[in-house]
Amino acid sequence: MSEATPEPADAPVDDTPEPPTLYGVPLSDSRGQRVLHPSREQYVALARTLLDETYTTCSDLTAVDYLTFMGRSLPAGVTAERFEVVVNLLSIERRERIRIRVQVPADDPSVPTLFDLYPGTEAMEREVYDMFGIAFTDHPDLTRILMPEDWEGHPLRKDYEQGRIPVQFSGDFASKGGDR
Amino acid sequence: MTSIVDTIRSGNEPAQGLKPRSELTARELLREVGAVLRMSEAEAAKLGDIPVDPSEDQTMIINMGPQHPSTHGVLRLMLELQGETVLRCKPIIGYLHTGMEKQGEALTYMQGGTNVTRMDYLSPLNNELVFSMAVEQLLGIEGDIPERAVWIRMLMSELNRMASHLLFLATNGMDIGAVSMMIYGWREREEVLRFFQKVTGLRMNHNYIRPGGVAADLPAGWRDDVLELLDLIPPRLEEYDILMTGQPIWRERLQGVGVITPEEALALGATGPILRGTGVPWDLRRDQPYLRYPEMEFDVVVGSYGDAFDRYAIRLNEIRESMRIVRQILDRMPQGDYRIQNKKVTPPPRARIDESMEALIHHFKIFTEGFKVPEGEVYMAVESPRGEVGCYIASDGGPTPYRMHVRAPSFVNIQCLPHMMRGGLVADAVAVISSVDPVLGEVDR
Repeated sequence: MSEATPEPADAPVDDTPEPPTLYGVPLSDSRGQRVLHPSREQYVALARTLLDETYTTCSDLTAVDYLTFMGRSLPAGVTAERFEVVVNLLSIERRERIRIRVQVPADDPSVPTLFDLYPGTEAMEREVYDMFGIAFTDHPDLTRILMPEDWEGHPLRKDYEQGRIPVQFSGDFASKGGDR
Repeated sequence: MTSIVDTIRSGNEPAQGLKPRSELTARELLREVGAVLRMSEAEAAKLGDIPVDPSEDQTMIINMGPQHPSTHGVLRLMLELQGETVLRCKPIIGYLHTGMEKQGEALTYMQGGTNVTRMDYLSPLNNELVFSMAVEQLLGIEGDIPERAVWIRMLMSELNRMASHLLFLATNGMDIGAVSMMIYGWREREEVLRFFQKVTGLRMNHNYIRPGGVAADLPAGWRDDVLELLDLIPPRLEEYDILMTGQPIWRERLQGVGVITPEEALALGATGPILRGTGVPWDLRRDQPYLRYPEMEFDVVVGSYGDAFDRYAIRLNEIRESMRIVRQILDRMPQGDYRIQNKKVTPPPRARIDESMEALIHHFKIFTEGFKVPEGEVYMAVESPRGEVGCYIASDGGPTPYRMHVRAPSFVNIQCLPHMMRGGLVADAVAVISSVDPVLGEVDR
């Protein structure tokens, strides 16, 4: 392999005026994987279309906080927001996967729930809520799932500091006054 | 719409739990069932298994766990009971949450394996495999991994599947009351782990499969060890068949318990033996192949009833299929390098450091700063013993993942518990939990 950064051969870098779309939503290619970029308004309708298109299983739902990386590349017509909800759908019939990335603004972090289409997202949406503070409207039980219920803040946000517990090494008596 | 956001900001968040029936509306109750069966609330009401009159509330909510011995760690179940019958159930998780995804953002791609390997501690090698595959996909070197490394990965992955399923047989036996099975299952698993220790240095949490290949070549005499293993385990599996499969008490205890339909399993996102138990032949090794699985000859074991017995039988027979694959790997294991010779990803050999300034710099850079991975995001999935384990990595071009998320099969699979338990007996709850085979380290991460 050369020293240059590897580029997938089929990356949509052509300068055609019409960006590729699928189901009326901007489509991009990420390392050979198909990614759809709906707006928040199109999100549930798109999921419903995909459900009818045999994407019957939601294998994964997560989010990314792009606070410190707003300059990421997105297809034309998609405005970068702080949060991104990422949904991986699977069609067992076609043996295909497709990914949805929804932009979620920081001042109104909410997305409609997919529970009624994909009930398997119940726990995953709660995890995203717990970790990122993104609310899923009309979710049946939007509560913290992994963190304690009285926890403050949402740990996977980029402005949430990673805590540290000072480690006392067993030989470090001198600095501790030798009281061990 | 903004009200939820306001609630979050105000900090008055409700706790996770199961509301008593008297506080629930009929709509909420029906939505639970209706969404999973993908039917309207009116249709769900016709099923008739949910009494919707809250005034005649004869139910009781009890906690099972988090210290209950058969909850496989620290899973807590809130059960709504009417007499001995489970009406609703809610798994409460998070007791083992250690923030591994947050930690994953602080570790370099080289160190990341140590983190993911601790998630599903019963199939660490599959977790390392999916993480490495995702990093390689981002680097664009997925096609350049040496053949020997690919085959070693496949060998270790299958042996890990055997070890994990043997432990399932042990815990399943223990939960159902076949306590001697517990000893046998652990005993056989230990034989596999002994081989792992020889190869990787550790029984668990190996950090053996790394981006670019594997950490070390197989040790001398590995082939004899594997052959010994392949001679040892089949007669033991025959013993299990005598001890459990054909035994009337065992069948009575598992057959027809914890039934789930293919539609429910697909809607809930269940994978692995739970999905295959319902008769859906979905195995990523065959259906979205990775490594060299297309060249392997093996069967995807499926059940037909979707009950706890099917899940048990599938896992037992998957051990046999894995051994079939291991035998083919032994015949075809190629010679060659065990990791990619790419200066950016692989540290240089020790001898080179003494003679080459550049090698020293590369070595220093890889171990202090780590290698940089180009911007992008990718989701990779492999078939772990528990189902689809996926890894989503978003990179900003730096030496650590911008976001590292693991799609844990157990986390998704335990959502099936309420649907498997509905209408069953509380005594069967233990059998149902056991048949899902959750690993709480992976559920909570």
